[in-house]
This record gives sequence, C-alpha cells and structure tokens, in this order.
Amino acid sequence: MVHEAVSPSPRFLEPKDLSLLQQVLGHHANDSTKLLQILREVQEHLGFIPNAAVSFIAEALDIPRNRIESVASFYSFLHLRSQGTYRVLFSDNITDRMLGSQTLMERMCQQLWLQPGKVSEDGLLSIGTTSCTGMCDQGPAMLVNERAITKLTHQRIQEIGQLIRNRTPLNDWPADFFYVEDNIHRAGLILGNTMAYGEALQAGLTLGGAAIVDVVKRSGLRGRGGAGYPTGLKWEACRNAKGNQHYVVCNADEGEPGTFKDRVLLTRQADLVFEGMTLCALAVGAKQGFLYLRGEYRYLLDHLKGVLQRRRESNLLGVDILGQSGFDFDIEIHLGAGAYICGEESALIESLEGERGVPRNRPPFPVTQGYLQQPTALDNVETFCQAALAIHMGADKYSAIGTSKSTGSKLISVSGDCPRPGIYEYPFGVSVQEILNDCGAVNTRAVQISGPSGICIGEHEFGRKLGFEDLPTAGAFMVFDDSRDMFEVARNFVHFFAHESCGFCTPCRVGTSMLKQTMDKIAAGQGTHYDLAEVENLDHVLQTTSHCGLGRTACNPVLHTLKHFRPAYESRLKSLSFKPAFDLDGALARARQMTGRDDAGAHLKENE
Amino acid sequence: MSDTFQLDGQPVVFESGQTVMQAALAAGHYIPHLCYHPEFKPHGSCKLCTVKVNGRTAASCTMPAEAGLEVESDSEELNALRRTLVQMLFADGNHFCPSCEKSGNCILQALGYDLEVHSAGFRHQFPDRPLDASHPDILLDFNRCILCELCVNASAEVDGKHVFALAGRGNSKHLIVNAESGLLKDTDIALTDKAMSVCPVGVIIKKGVGFSTPIGERRYDQRPISEQALDDAPRLPSGEAHD
Ligand SMILES: Cc1cc2nc3c(=O)[nH]c(=O)nc-3n(C[C@H](O)[C@H](O)[C@H](O)COP(=O)(O)O)c2cc1C
Ligand code: SF4
Ligand code: SF4
Ligand code: FES
Repeated sequence: MVHEAVSPSPRFLEPKDLSLLQQVLGHHANDSTKLLQILREVQEHLGFIPNAAVSFIAEALDIPRNRIESVASFYSFLHLRSQGTYRVLFSDNITDRMLGSQTLMERMCQQLWLQPGKVSEDGLLSIGTTSCTGMCDQGPAMLVNERAITKLTHQRIQEIGQLIRNRTPLNDWPADFFYVEDNIHRAGLILGNTMAYGEALQAGLTLGGAAIVDVVKRSGLRGRGGAGYPTGLKWEACRNAKGNQHYVVCNADEGEPGTFKDRVLLTRQADLVFEGMTLCALAVGAKQGFLYLRGEYRYLLDHLKGVLQRRRESNLLGVDILGQSGFDFDIEIHLGAGAYICGEESALIESLEGERGVPRNRPPFPVTQGYLQQPTALDNVETFCQAALAIHMGADKYSAIGTSKSTGSKLISVSGDCPRPGIYEYPFGVSVQEILNDCGAVNTRAVQISGPSGICIGEHEFGRKLGFEDLPTAGAFMVFDDSRDMFEVARNFVHFFAHESCGFCTPCRVGTSMLKQTMDKIAAGQGTHYDLAEVENLDHVLQTTSHCGLGRTACNPVLHTLKHFRPAYESRLKSLSFKPAFDLDGALARARQMTGRDDAGAHLKENE
Repeated sequence: MSDTFQLDGQPVVFESGQTVMQAALAAGHYIPHLCYHPEFKPHGSCKLCTVKVNGRTAASCTMPAEAGLEVESDSEELNALRRTLVQMLFADGNHFCPSCEKSGNCILQALGYDLEVHSAGFRHQFPDRPLDASHPDILLDFNRCILCELCVNASAEVDGKHVFALAGRGNSKHLIVNAESGLLKDTDIALTDKAMSVCPVGVIIKKGVGFSTPIGERRYDQRPISEQALDDAPRLPSGEAHD
C-alpha cells in the first residue's frame, strides 16, 4: 500500500465547480452527518473528489480535512484521485466468473490498451473489479460510473469500448444496456400479495402501537437479514427504550454475494417495504426513517423517490398519516458507496451518520443507542415486507405458514449452474432439492447457502430444509455443478472477505489477507500441508476473536469446502510439508513483464 | 453501587459503568492489553484482551462488568490466541526491534516477551510504508503502526486538534495527518501534545533524543509488562487515580 502523500489533483477549483460544491453543501444544510451523501454527490459531478474540494468541504462543514479523507478512503466507490472519466468495474462474484467475466475483462483491457486497476494515460478510463453487484441471475455484470450494466457479452463489451472511445455520455448509451430484469419464477406471500397501498397501514392504525408489537411477536416473524432475531422483540425493545427521538432504518445494503432479492423487492414491492417501515414507526414511536441503499442499486433511486413522493401525496407518509393526528413519519434515502461491512447494523448506522462504516462495540445495541445514539429499529427490506403482511393477515394466519420455528415465506435468490436463475418465494421448510428441481439444476455438486458467510453443502445434504431449525439463510442460493472447481469457489470468497474487511480489528484485518495469500499460494501450486494447518489456525483466531460477523465467518468457505471437497485442495499441494511463500521464479515476473519475455530462458528451473 | 464477578476463580469488585478490564486492573488483576489505555475510552480493536465469559469469547476492555460473570483469562487457550494475535501484528508491519528507538519501551514488544512469542508464526508482509520526516522535531515511522487510534483520540479529545486520522479500509488501512500536503510539518502538532506520548509502539518519535536511554535500561527491560501495567492502570473509569 502506497500512501497518497501528495495528491496530483488540481489545487484550485473552477468557478463552476465551486458553485456546484456550494449547491451540494447547501442542499444538505452543511450538516456533517450527511458527509457521505455530500461526497457521493460531489463525485457524481466531478468524477472524483479533488484535494481542493476536500479543503473546501472541510471548511464549510467545520470538520478537519483528514476526517473527509478518512471517510472517503473507506468506501470503494469514492475516489480522492481521478479514476478516469469512465470507471468500469466488473462484478467479481464467482457467478460472474462462471459466466465468463474474467475473459470479458481481459478482452476489454486489450481492446482499450489498458491494465486492470490503472487509469489510461489520457485519463479517459480505468477498468477494475468490484464485489458482487447483485445481478447474479443476469451476469456477467459491470458498473460504469456506478450504473449497472447486465448480460455482458463479447459484442456488448466491444460496443461499450467504442462508446467510451467516442466519449459518448452515459445517458446516451443504449437503454437496453441498463435494463435489469426481475426474473421472478415463483411468487408467494409477498410477491403474490394483492393488497392496496395503505391497507396494511390502516389495519395497523386500528390496532395501535402496542398491539402491532404484539401481533408481530405472536406471528413468530424473525429477521430476514441473516441473524434471524425475533422482529417483535426488537420492536418492543425499541418502543420501550427511552430517547429524544426514535428511528426506523431499513437495511437495503444487500452486499452478501449471490443475494439480490431485496433489489427485486425494492423494484416490485417498494410500497410494501415503506408500509412495513411506517408500521414499525407507529409501533416504536419514530418520526424519521432511513432506507440505506447500497451504491450498486443507485439506479433505483429515482423510482424509490417517486414512490415516496406518491405516498406523501396519498397521506401515507408525512404529517397526520391517514388522518391520525400526531402520527408523523417520513423516510429519507441514503446511498452507500461500496462497502459490504455497511450491511452490519452498527456499521450501517455509523455510515448513516456520515462516518467510516466500522462496527461499533456492542452493547449498547441499536435498539437503545442507534442512530445519533437514539433508539433505532433496524431491519432488512424483506423483514419489513413480512411484518406488513403479518399485521394485515393477523398473527395466527401468518404463523400457520412455514414451519413452527420459521414462520412465513422466504425469498431465495437463485444463481449459478441452472437454466432458470432468479427469484423464488417459498414457505420456510422447503428442501434444497425442491429448489434445485424448480430452477432446473442438474448434476449439482454443491450449493452455497446464504452466501460466502453462510454454508456450503454437498450432494448428500440436498434433503436439508431452509429455515432457522436447519439451514438458516439470508437468501443467496448459488448452484455449482460437477464441472466446477470448489477450491476456486472458496478462493473467490476468501478474496471477497479480504477486500471487504473494514480493518478495525487485528484478527480480521490481518487474518483475511493472510488467508487470501495462503489460498493464492495453494492455487499457484506452492501450497503444502503446512498451509492447510495454517488455515485452520487462522480460522480459530478469526472465529474466536473477531469484532463482528464478517471476521467470524470469513473462514467458512475454506472450512466447508475442505470438509466436502478436500481432494480439490490436496491435488494442488506439493508433497513437501513446508514450502516457503517466496517463489524465486515468481519474483522475476515483473522483470519478464518489463522486457516482454516469457520464454524458457526467462524462467528459473525449479529444483526440489 | 458495587458488585462482584469472578476472574480466573477470584472475586473482583466492580462499580457500575466499569468494563471487565477496568474493574480487573483497578482491583490489581492483570489482563494483557494493547490498544486499551486507562485514560481513554476503550477502543476494542487489538483483541489481545480477549477473555472467555460464561464460555464465550469477548474483548474484556469493552465488555461491561456484570455481577456473577465467570471470566476466564489466564488460560493456555487464551494465551495461545494472544500469542497468535501478537504474531499477526508483528508480521503485518515492519518491526525491526534492534534498530527501533522504542525498543524496551514498546508495549507490543513487551507483550511479545511476556506472552513468550518465540517464533514469527506467519509470513512477514513487508508493507511499503514511507516515513514522514518532514517535521523538524518529530518523525513518523508508519512501519510500526498497529492502528490502535490512541493518537487520533488523544489529539482530538485532549489536545483539541485533529492531527491524526485513520484512512483506507481492510489491510490498506493507514494513519494520515491533517494537512493538504499530507505532511506532518504542515499540521499544528506540538511536542507537548498528549498525542506525542500515547503511541504504544514506535511510530511517533521525538527527534534529537534518540537512544538517550540505552537499550537494556528501558522500562520493560527492567520488569515484565504484566507487573508494570498495574502501576499505570488502577483508575476509575473517569480517568482519575484510584486511591
Ligand atoms: C458483515 C455483515 C454484513 C451484513 N449484511 C447485511 C445486509 O446486507 N443486509 C441485511 O439486511 N443484513 C445484513 N447483516 C445483518 C445485520 O447486521 C442485521 O442483523 C440485520 O440487518 C437486521 O435485520 P433483520 O432482523 O430484519 O434481519 C449483515 C451482518 C454482517 C455481520
Ligand atoms: S471482524 Fe473484520 S469487518 Fe468486523 S470489525 Fe473486525 S476488521 Fe472490521
Ligand atoms: S501511531 Fe501509534 S498511537 Fe497512533 S494509531 Fe498507530 S500505533 Fe496507535
Ligand atoms: S485491549 Fe481490548 S481490544 Fe485491545
């Protein structure tokens, strides 16, 4: 890592840039808790955040300039130096790779004479990778200046290259590049609901706050974001917590690779999401809500703002909602900027406050001290939808769906080796095999349930059922057939965790990057049994001492694949029990690249 | 109000608001720690203070003390975890102790000795972290930074400045200073700042006084850190000295 000591960016801002900065700052009333939003908007206009802009914003917000650098450098999508007029990022989930993203990226780099991660000399563009963009059912995908492009093909890549060369503004690119499909293959409780806007809210108003909490408790609803905490208990704790203000936050960060159901809910059921949030506000006594939308879903912003505006006009948001005097509530959308860790609830709250997304020390928990240290009810997008339905249907009817410990339905995001990837909604208790049948998967070797932080199961476990009793899931369901190398799957996931570690605690900051190196060493044929032992040692430290769930689950991909697919690792190992990581021949790679040589004479012979 | 919990089988009296670490140190029990400093709000990042509470691991510096807790700290299992964490920190930066001005006064090094870390354990990363020698009186050697944020907090909370901040994410997280040039000489740091004296390792170094105390006669050359930490630490959570 090279420090950015002196930025080469212009020292002075042009008058038009200055007026833009003033406009953005004015729009956010010079409020430093809006720093992340301010930085995002500045970058949307200027392409990056020049040094002079950092100083200007620091002065306007009356904060030290290094706080701005500190925040900006935390988020993958914010840049303190130019990354080119066009910033191309290939989604790098394993499912994108399986659909050929790596070849496409190589081709594009060749076509445009560029090295990955470098800005072209004329400052026109850069090409790199980014963590899963949530388009796994229509990959390979990419982001260009944070706008999602799906279904990449060689032809599409060529066209994009041409558009960039011609400096065609993004708004003039063919609209079908940006088309995102919903791919709903099985609708249930949520996706098939026929409620009118405001119907659930009306039911909630009739019940009142305390009874809402009671219904949600009795419905058995548990959070859909991964941890599965009982939603009713959370709302009750928040309702009972003392504070000047209460807040409702919807977690739409959806960063777990392979998960894209919240994207579809926000596209198709935005009203239900907002209705659930409004019911929660009624229950906990909140006047302000936030939807934290991952940067990758920036394209949904106008649609969501439109829905909010319509709801205000229909008196479903705003003052005296549905005529109930004193029931005031509104929702603001905050955008993330490329950081998986911001899906963790306390990191999300830090990010909402305009800080680096670092998980807090807990306790205290958000229900008592969340946003601005006030009681905050924070739930996943799908949880709010489920809650609205449970309140509308009543606890008994709702809890009859699913299983006894896992009530209601679950949206599953299916991707990978199957002919019908997309969204499937089932009552809890569905078996893995049933889903495989429905999506048409054949010769399946493994399924990764709930993303890299979840669990990888092999064929003999396909009878297991989704639910809190057996296989809890946040929704990802990645299918791998018998042509896939499960070692490479695990290696991709390990790279993901190393890239997304927030860096706060020692075990995860250092451990995930060591794990990545070890997997790369094994991939390069330099691994030994000693390295497998090291993996197990790292796992123990990560699991027992990490500050948050990211570090605690970062070893899962390796452990689970080692358990089921050990030969995939062992076939790559050297027979020696120890092999130094330093690879003499590898060290010459740079020299070979500089001299353009790759012949036998440019390689060292290995003597064992 | 005071109550007790058990630490390695011994009762520890605590006051409400204290963390397990604060209560333990105040009562004369040592739990290894690195990023915790008695005068600052616990940070909870190094994880060296990890203990087992009712069977589950937790950082003792941030965990609120509660009556009846059964805390296990000085066990082989936990000390092994701590050793691994120290090894990770050594491998993560560039720590060439024999040539370091902080040697003998360094908490990381002292913990290494005290926990009996005898081998490297991990592949060294050898990160490229240029020094900042721009300031006439102060040198910043980023090679040794363990990102504990103590200098950041000391500068902000005690000195009323914001000389330091942490930037980047994950393994590229690093310390930065508050200047458009990115250089320490253009900040308002002063030798008398609290931020000058809190670094547990050898990042923030006063120029011109190097090696005035010979190695071998420095603080942790005399007595192990597990004994000395108790001299500094017994304080109430407010930061006042305990009587
Ligand atoms: C590293 C990490 C990432 C997470 N990402 C998400 C996410 O993208 N979306 C989400 O809803 N929950 C995520 N969570 C879980 C949240 O912390 C939190 O438990 C959840 O949003 C609570 O909502 P629920 O009770 O409705 O599930 C994540 C947790 C961790 C540890
Ligand atoms: S476990 Fe990883 S992501 Fe979580 S706080 Fe530690 S460094 Fe950050
Ligand atoms: S310079 Fe020292 S005090 Fe500051 S973060 Fe690094 S190790 Fe901690
Ligand atoms: S001393 Fe507790 S985490 Fe560092």
